[in-house]
Amino acid sequence: MTDLSLSEGKVAPRARRDIGLRRRYAAEARFRFYGIFAIALGIFFLLALLFTVFKGGYTAFWQTSINLPITFDAETIDPDNKRATDPGKLLTANYTVLARNALAEKLGIDVEDKANRADLKLVSGLISQGVRTQLRDIVVADPSVIGTTRNVWVLAAADVDSAHKGQIDLAVPEARRKVKDQQVEWMNKLSQEGMMAERFNSGLFTFGASSRPETSGMGVALIGSLYMMLIVLVLSLPIGVAASIYLEEFAPKNRMTDLIEVNINNLAAVPSIVFGLLGLAVFINFAGLPRSASLVGGLVLTLMTLPTIIIATRAALKAVPPSIRSAALGVGASRMQMVFHHVLPLAAPGILTGTIIGLAQALGETAPLLLIGMVAFVANYPATPMDPATALPVQIFMWANEAERAFVERTSGAIIILLLFLAAMNLAAIILRRRFERRW
Amino acid sequence: MLTDVAMEQKLAPTQDQHMIKIQGQEVCVHYGEKQALFSVNLDVRENQVTALIGPSGCGKSTFLRCLNRMNDTIDSARVSGTITLDGENIYDKAIDVVELRARVGMVFQKPNPFPKSIYENVAYGPRIHGLAKKKADLDEIVETSLKKAAIWNEVKDRLHEAGTGLSGGQQQRLCIARAIAVSPEVILMDEPCSALDPIATARVEELIDELRQNYTIVIVTHSMQQAARVSQRTAMFHLGYLVEEGDTDKMFTNPDDKRTQDYITGRFG
Ligand SMILES: Nc1ncnc2c1ncn2[C@@H]1O[C@H](COP(=O)(O)OP(=O)(O)OP(=O)(O)O)[C@@H](O)[C@H]1O
Ligand SMILES: [Mg+2]
Repeated sequence: MTDLSLSEGKVAPRARRDIGLRRRYAAEARFRFYGIFAIALGIFFLLALLFTVFKGGYTAFWQTSINLPITFDAETIDPDNKRATDPGKLLTANYTVLARNALAEKLGIDVEDKANRADLKLVSGLISQGVRTQLRDIVVADPSVIGTTRNVWVLAAADVDSAHKGQIDLAVPEARRKVKDQQVEWMNKLSQEGMMAERFNSGLFTFGASSRPETSGMGVALIGSLYMMLIVLVLSLPIGVAASIYLEEFAPKNRMTDLIEVNINNLAAVPSIVFGLLGLAVFINFAGLPRSASLVGGLVLTLMTLPTIIIATRAALKAVPPSIRSAALGVGASRMQMVFHHVLPLAAPGILTGTIIGLAQALGETAPLLLIGMVAFVANYPATPMDPATALPVQIFMWANEAERAFVERTSGAIIILLLFLAAMNLAAIILRRRFERRW
Repeated sequence: MLTDVAMEQKLAPTQDQHMIKIQGQEVCVHYGEKQALFSVNLDVRENQVTALIGPSGCGKSTFLRCLNRMNDTIDSARVSGTITLDGENIYDKAIDVVELRARVGMVFQKPNPFPKSIYENVAYGPRIHGLAKKKADLDEIVETSLKKAAIWNEVKDRLHEAGTGLSGGQQQRLCIARAIAVSPEVILMDEPCSALDPIATARVEELIDELRQNYTIVIVTHSMQQAARVSQRTAMFHLGYLVEEGDTDKMFTNPDDKRTQDYITGRFG
């Protein structure tokens, strides 16, 4: 049967036409190559960036500390025994010397001997100046420690920290090096005894600004950024969504709305520093809001984020099929009901993604904040958004300007943290999108 | 004897016993500069199915959309002339378009259920119009609507599953149920069977025939057989003009206009 039909259906093979297949496939292969090359290039630079940042920054999360048995000597803290009547005494006491004495004793140096003054100075140099606040806080929190001895992990000085992490070249002649040979010897001794160790650097997340690297952290910047993100979210989401809904669903399509649309798109492309100038002029000089406040920063970033959110929201609204709108109107829904019952829920994933991307953009924004004075030395946590604060990227900017090795490492550490925040936000955007995405 | 004759006359209703439900007079529609309908005069009679036929682009959908003012949602569309529903001009300032659409429901060419559950699809209209006081009332409306739309048996066990998960024919019947759930007086159907297979089409046609008892129906169709099967009156459009209208029987056997004749016999369109 098959044989038959085959032999019957036999026809002389037609000459094949040249329809340029070879050329078309070659073009496709070439295009694929360009694409893969572009992606590979992108991935290479991304990996290079991540590698340098992590390599330079991961050490910032560990901080060399010294475990000292500190004697809270009443003679040193409160020589006149006035602390019962004058609590201020405890704040001004010479705590640094307590730590120095404890360490000197460990290293076998007699503190009373005048001949050891040079050595004692080197001993002091091992310990961070931040020990003063650290010990003071212990005493103020619980004055009964006075007269007792306690083991306390105190921070090592920044140079000691760098040396301990192997970031200082000890082959350099001693005179041109911040850490002296004697100190290196002591460090080795302490490390061997387990008294000097690298511990998790919680201060990186809690400390405010400081001129000493080991006691400076991103606490203020984190709070400032948090305030600003909240302000941006609370203001730009409702305003942006309301504006988009009006423009997309209610506004008549005419010259005026075309003009507004063009301007919103342009606004999204305005350099962010211009928004900083605007904020300076309007919020600080005209409205009289305080400089360096996260409120002003939040307002400026809101202005900057609004176009992004509006564009994303309008795109999400446009993507809702018209058949859904007709269906709602067809059963007698008002326009408002149509939008809020049907269109908005379908557009929600797009709106959320746009908002999160906008927020992430705002979180990484530096330039406008410099203009409104958020590039300040702020040591104390801002209690309200009206208090001076800094922001994560500004903190990175400020640390990047410092020369000390320990600040260099902190700069990269802060970048890692910022990148983690951004990655988390983008991840949230993806998850929300997946979760709420509906088919129709 | 006399009464018997009268009875018989009543049972076989003649044209005049059907009141005019919708009356279109000199209806013109422009989309921007372009005119899509030219002075259409067309009446729709109560409890009858009126079919609109004509070649593609002749303005059938445009006319249909005038009847519940769906053209309002198209920015460029302008409607002139008068259309009355029970004697009231629906383009009058005093007429609320939301209320009008609750009285004149619509079923679209492509099934367009809301991306919600089957129950929600049907319950949405009654809910926004406050037609049900209690949950039980709403359940009742949903059930009767789905039954009237001849889809109840297929969906009664899956009321809370997505309406978009139904087959095309089921979706279209769901949309019909959604339209009748708000108890409209008129139902407009724009090629309701164009996306359906012959079996689903037959079911929808049966359904239309049943619905005629309680509703006035205007249907756009490209199928001459369908128009002949379901409608009592037919209106033929061509290039934006109403060519001819009349009893379906007459239109399909003995049309007055040459163009109608040609279109019905498939010579153009
Ligand atoms: N939204 C619109 N904007 C501009 N022109 C339109 C619009 N809708 C319809 N038209 C035009 O109006 C005319 C009539 O269109 P309509 O949709 O009423 O035709 P139709 O008879 O329903 O055709 P079909 O059988 O293909 O559905 C067409 O020429 C069409 O191009
Ligand atoms: Mg049409």
